Amino acid sequence: MTRLAVIDHGAGNLVSIAQGLRKAGADVVIAMSPKELAGSHGVVLPGVGNTGAALQRLQTAGFVEPLRDYERPLLGICVGLQLFFDSSEETDGDECLGLISGVVRKLEQAPLLPHIGWNNVTFASDPIFAGLRSDATFYFVHSFAPVPTDDRLVIGRTEYGTEFAAAVREGNRVGVQFHPERSAESGLTLLGNFVRTCREVGRAA
Amino acid sequence: MLRRRVIPCLDVANGRVVKGVQFVDLVDEGDPAELAARYVAEGADEICFLDITASNEGRGTMLEVVRRTATDVFIPLTVGGGVRTTEDMRAILRAGADKVSVNTAAVERPALITECAKEFGAQCVVLAIDAQRNGVNWDVYINGGRTCTDRDSITWASEGTNRGAGEILLTSMDRDGTKNGYDLELLEAVRAASSVPMIASGGAGTVDHCIAALQPGRADAVLAASIFHRNEIQIDDLKLGLAAAGIPVRLVTT
Repeated sequence: MTRLAVIDHGAGNLVSIAQGLRKAGADVVIAMSPKELAGSHGVVLPGVGNTGAALQRLQTAGFVEPLRDYERPLLGICVGLQLFFDSSEETDGDECLGLISGVVRKLEQAPLLPHIGWNNVTFASDPIFAGLRSDATFYFVHSFAPVPTDDRLVIGRTEYGTEFAAAVREGNRVGVQFHPERSAESGLTLLGNFVRTCREVGRAA
Repeated sequence: MLRRRVIPCLDVANGRVVKGVQFVDLVDEGDPAELAARYVAEGADEICFLDITASNEGRGTMLEVVRRTATDVFIPLTVGGGVRTTEDMRAILRAGADKVSVNTAAVERPALITECAKEFGAQCVVLAIDAQRNGVNWDVYINGGRTCTDRDSITWASEGTNRGAGEILLTSMDRDGTKNGYDLELLEAVRAASSVPMIASGGAGTVDHCIAALQPGRADAVLAASIFHRNEIQIDDLKLGLAAAGIPVRLVTT
């Protein structure tokens, strides 16, 4: 059984993420402390809300160092992805986890903010997008998006006033700016892809 | 391209879906989780639950409905009704909602909007406004449309977004349940006064009503209840109609 830990940092909806991963055959643990990451084949860092508040809760629960040290597949969702980077404009440039080099910026060219609703993602060939049609749509709710220092890490792009990074990968760390757990069949396919990667990496280890 | 959204709204009283006309004469329309599942299959872009009992006794029932629905529904869920504190909002989010709408408590204590946005992010906070025409203006009503306030809907929408609301759910009480079309003047006036996405509510009766509400300078999403509950218009047919009129929508591919 592929065992995945979904980090609970006190805000947001974990019900649908956990349920989506279970549908793909994973054994899901909601982790409220770092010791619950032990033995997992992969970790999901969700995120609804404000990056500053989310980071503070991660710090209080002691997740920051374990996440920096985690080497198996890690999936960041929305604010979870934004936390991967060095800093965010949402918190006046406060430090984030620094897992991937880059910053998080406000979508200044957007017609209206937040960017709420279903939008396309132009994606590269990456296991996280396996089996998805090029016209698949995903559900977004955000005002900020990451800008990796190395643009080659961007594996999915979305247009809203301007083009922004909707998906980023560096090694085993992958993140999406949209909510797969709220993106109907397309999202469930993506979560299933992550579960499969965790299973394969676990087997190889 | 960002799609316009179609959102079925389920008014829930004591765990059952109900619908009235101009906020009164409630009729039972079924089980919330079952109806939500049907709407997802038809291509709904989001689901909205409004707890219209919003009494202390009803609160636990609503959380259970949210929990039950979130387990099977993989599209966004907005829940409102009776939210007075950030802790109320946290309980709803943790039960499986993605966004929470605030109405009465925000009018009575506008700082609530800021507190919720700070804790959970502006994108989680939907300001629901029940507006009723009064001459050339629209008064804000609270307590499920029972109490008129001295607030003006346009200035309240503007203040609410400045305080951190990430979306506006704008209901025309004059049109609610009448199927006479959305109040387009109201939509235009609020759109001009605020810079966040807006959901039009109250009055949907035909596909043309939805097309009109989704024109530039009006709403980003249309919300309706009775036309969907009673199968007068199916969501998939409505979306085909919107697409034919040149409005970008998400069509569920078979």
